[in-house]
Amino acid sequence: MVTIIDYGVGNLGSIQNMLQRIGVGSFVTADPQQVEKAERIILPGIGAFDSAMVKLENTELPTILKERSAAGIPLLGICLGAQLLTRGSEEGSRPGLGFIDAYCVKLNAQKMDSLKVPHMGWNEVIFQSANEITDFKEMEIPPRFYFAHSYHMVADKEYVLGLTHYGYDFPTILKKENILAMQFHPEKSHHYGMQILRNFSTWKP
Amino acid sequence: MRRVRVIPVLLLHNRQLVKTIQFKNPKYIGDGINALKIFNEKGADELVVLDIDAFNRKEPDFEFIGQLVSECFMPLAYGGGIHTMEQAQRLFSLGIEKVVIGACAISQPSLITNLANQYGSQSVVVSVDIKKDWLKRNRVFTENGKKNTGLDPLTFAKRLEELGAGELIVQFIDREGTGKGYDLVVLQEISSTISIPVVALGGANSTNDFLKAIVEGGASAVAAGSMFVFKGPHKAVLISYPSPKELKENLYSYL
Repeated sequence: MVTIIDYGVGNLGSIQNMLQRIGVGSFVTADPQQVEKAERIILPGIGAFDSAMVKLENTELPTILKERSAAGIPLLGICLGAQLLTRGSEEGSRPGLGFIDAYCVKLNAQKMDSLKVPHMGWNEVIFQSANEITDFKEMEIPPRFYFAHSYHMVADKEYVLGLTHYGYDFPTILKKENILAMQFHPEKSHHYGMQILRNFSTWKP
Repeated sequence: MRRVRVIPVLLLHNRQLVKTIQFKNPKYIGDGINALKIFNEKGADELVVLDIDAFNRKEPDFEFIGQLVSECFMPLAYGGGIHTMEQAQRLFSLGIEKVVIGACAISQPSLITNLANQYGSQSVVVSVDIKKDWLKRNRVFTENGKKNTGLDPLTFAKRLEELGAGELIVQFIDREGTGKGYDLVVLQEISSTISIPVVALGGANSTNDFLKAIVEGGASAVAAGSMFVFKGPHKAVLISYPSPKELKENLYSYL
């Protein structure tokens, strides 16, 4: 069972729909008591860093998420939800949850040539190591995912599981023990998205 | 080689899928949910759904949109009847990726800024519908192409970028449903002036039109309606989408 955190930001419906399609049970909740009992957690999010962080801060969720992730429960942040797991972002002034030693910076337009910001659309993720999460079975690799973001994560090499090239290379999947941060939207990425969520749903970090 | 987004645009009229020509004479195409399932299977990059009745109503048809979203495993942009932050919030929680703002971009431009601040500019798309007026000048039209706002598309596009729009769908009403190709001149003018992505719409007939829109028109993505729902000279209804191989050979490999 996957617990999807509802803190008033993001497209929870589409994550739940895709999990349902691949036969993974899930429920959406804003109730801290429910989250305390969670076995597997997805932290979604779209929008601006500070506005999402303030919404989280207004609840007991940051403390509970910290406890759960410290207890080894698989935790997946998606898009802005991924960025919130880092120490913070150039986009805002509030500190992030800080579960992964990483930071978020604006996509560097100077390195982009004629490419535009936000980075919107499908792009490849090149895995830096192999594990349960990166197992795409018989599918053609590298996998393609849907992106929509203006800021990206930066982290030490040891936490970078996937890199994407858009003007330059930047991390798009971070992994620290039982914590995963994905910059793209698996729930909007067809078959590849289904596979990576399937992998997350059975992941034993 | 570069991937660019190729986006089918579906028009809704009384909860059914229709196709228009120059924004007129909606022709029944089929069931929206069924079409969406086909685009899922074919792995379309993303979809834009526009409710062409919605500007007559006070709000989007949330119930039907919910049904559409539950079948959609790709990014979905929705436009039609969005006037308030609350409506946008409801659409996002249903699983809509981006909202498409039309007439409200003119009547209440602050909506764009508020949406961008709250949800990030990548979730705010504005549809800029362009038609030639009687002096053959390009002007921005609203209300399904019926109302001439008198605005110059270029000035309007700049203004939308300043307001916080994350992307513009630049639509050529005179070419819609005609297969005559996009207006590359106007497209180029707009995309070279603003730095946010421009999606070309209206007139595409082939992947070659897509290529021109990117290379000559400077668009970041391409969209089409008829090309994905009709087949052959007699316009038989057949939902289609180019295969990854076709896109690679005819589009990506030239970029």
